[in-house]
Amino acid sequence: MSELFVIVEHRLGETRDITFEMLWKAGELAQEPSYSVTAVLLGHEVNPVVESISDRADKIIICDDERLKNFNADIYKEIIAGLIEESKPTLTLIGNTSWGMELAPCLAVKAGFPLATDCIDIMFKDDKLIAQRQMYSGKIFSNVSFSSSAGYLLTIRSGVFPKDRIGDRQAQIVQKDFPLKDMALKKDFIEFVETAAGDVDISQAELLVSVGRGIGEEENISLVKELAEALNGVVSCSRPIVDKNWLPKYLQVGTSGKSVSPKVYIAVGISGAFQHMAGLGGAGTIIAINKDPKAPIFRTAHYGIVDDLFKIIPVLKDKVLETKKG
Amino acid sequence: MDVVVCVKRVPLTEEVDLVVDEQKKGIKKDQLAFVLNDWDNYAIEEAILLKEKHGGTVTAVTVGNEDDEEVLRRSLAMGADRAIRIEVGDVSRFDSFGISKILSRVAKDLPFDLIFTGVLADDDYYGMVGMMMAEQLHINHANMVTAIEIEDGKARTTSELEGGLGEVSRIELPALLAIQTGINEPRYVSILGIRKAAKKELKVMDLSDLGIPDEELSPRTIIDEVYLPPETEGAQILAGDADKIASDFLEILTKKGVME
Repeated sequence: MSELFVIVEHRLGETRDITFEMLWKAGELAQEPSYSVTAVLLGHEVNPVVESISDRADKIIICDDERLKNFNADIYKEIIAGLIEESKPTLTLIGNTSWGMELAPCLAVKAGFPLATDCIDIMFKDDKLIAQRQMYSGKIFSNVSFSSSAGYLLTIRSGVFPKDRIGDRQAQIVQKDFPLKDMALKKDFIEFVETAAGDVDISQAELLVSVGRGIGEEENISLVKELAEALNGVVSCSRPIVDKNWLPKYLQVGTSGKSVSPKVYIAVGISGAFQHMAGLGGAGTIIAINKDPKAPIFRTAHYGIVDDLFKIIPVLKDKVLETKKG
Repeated sequence: MDVVVCVKRVPLTEEVDLVVDEQKKGIKKDQLAFVLNDWDNYAIEEAILLKEKHGGTVTAVTVGNEDDEEVLRRSLAMGADRAIRIEVGDVSRFDSFGISKILSRVAKDLPFDLIFTGVLADDDYYGMVGMMMAEQLHINHANMVTAIEIEDGKARTTSELEGGLGEVSRIELPALLAIQTGINEPRYVSILGIRKAAKKELKVMDLSDLGIPDEELSPRTIIDEVYLPPETEGAQILAGDADKIASDFLEILTKKGVME
């Protein structure tokens, strides 16, 4: 019997969705009777988190200590490395989140294990572990295998697996004492800050006209604003527009911005990186306008217009205004 | 404040049809334009801003061949003081772990208070070289950094978390910070600027000079196969002339109940 470790991610007392998604995948792999699912939970006063996952794992290893109140990649790494040495899990799954992307590479070096990040699927082919990934902004897929090792680390992209419970499990709880005596590295948590506060709440909009890198120049954004105005919609955007300071952070759709659920989402010049699409889970209909027919956004959009946005947007706007008048 | 910045040259793949190579291990790159990885551009800028505020030096480092010097020259033109290229022959034989080993070994001999990498590289999207270096060098680290202040010899950093939240930390130096896009506004680099920067030091080191045993660099992560994304049903493409497209567009909006 071999264990599949899932490192539980939680924040401010809440279990993060990525945890449920990883537990689903681990549960699916553990339909093979030689595997069992072990959730590894580090934190302080974590009862609500334990409750949220107790029917999704065969075992929950809990290390509850004041020193684990805030996430610290270095402390996590030390403790998890110890647990790995003890339990020898075949696989350890970590979220490909801001925290997970810091923890996993450190843990891989410490444990001497191979690591593949940002995986979108995991398979065993003839007992060989294969991770599926994307490269070049999702334009290329790759299958990755690993040098032979006692264990493997994978970080899992958010949103690729269901959040549902899979199989019938009742977790055995294993409490562990905080094992570390001295902390070599010094990093102090200070506070959380809201980075996306503003006076427009795009998460409530029914119609969003969203602008991305394809707009080229800052002054061209007026084109999109005019279309939004004609449609009584709200303007939003993808990350590159915020990075360039062309629109404020609170208008950004995606992992690091807002999740939105409009009836219709019109994506103008947005290629469709997964970080952006992750914010669109609740969108009813997605209409993508992009001149690159291979842009990943056309894979998930419901309707597509493959055209130069500078030509087509004014036509769309005029048509809308004309119809409204008539 | 001495800062070492690790940079990478990557192909531009937006609005380009990518073709898988014969061995199915990568893509055909001979027709592609190459640029400084977007994240690294912000990392170089951030290092130069720190230097302008606190003094010190900025060293740009890359692992690659002669063509990759292009991103070092760009870094020098932006304001880096010197650049190092590590010649390793065929770079594709190393995985991120191997690259992190090489970069750590080079960084060890350089004076630094901070090491910057980009959060990710636009090509393989692994995003692990930086944190692996931090672990190999036994130094502090922060990921997805969107703000840095130096206070009393420590770094006050903001890390971007999911859902519009930032995490503020105080960390002792030396430290490795993985820089997120949007942290600053990278300066413009002119051709003249790059030409002027040709006078600055660009040192080439050979992998064999670093004394890393071969077996320590053998890849742990191996690309079996790359392929184009599996076909999905995909979007229904609105066809016809602009006027027809606009009519169809309007019909969809009306049907979905967002047209008054």
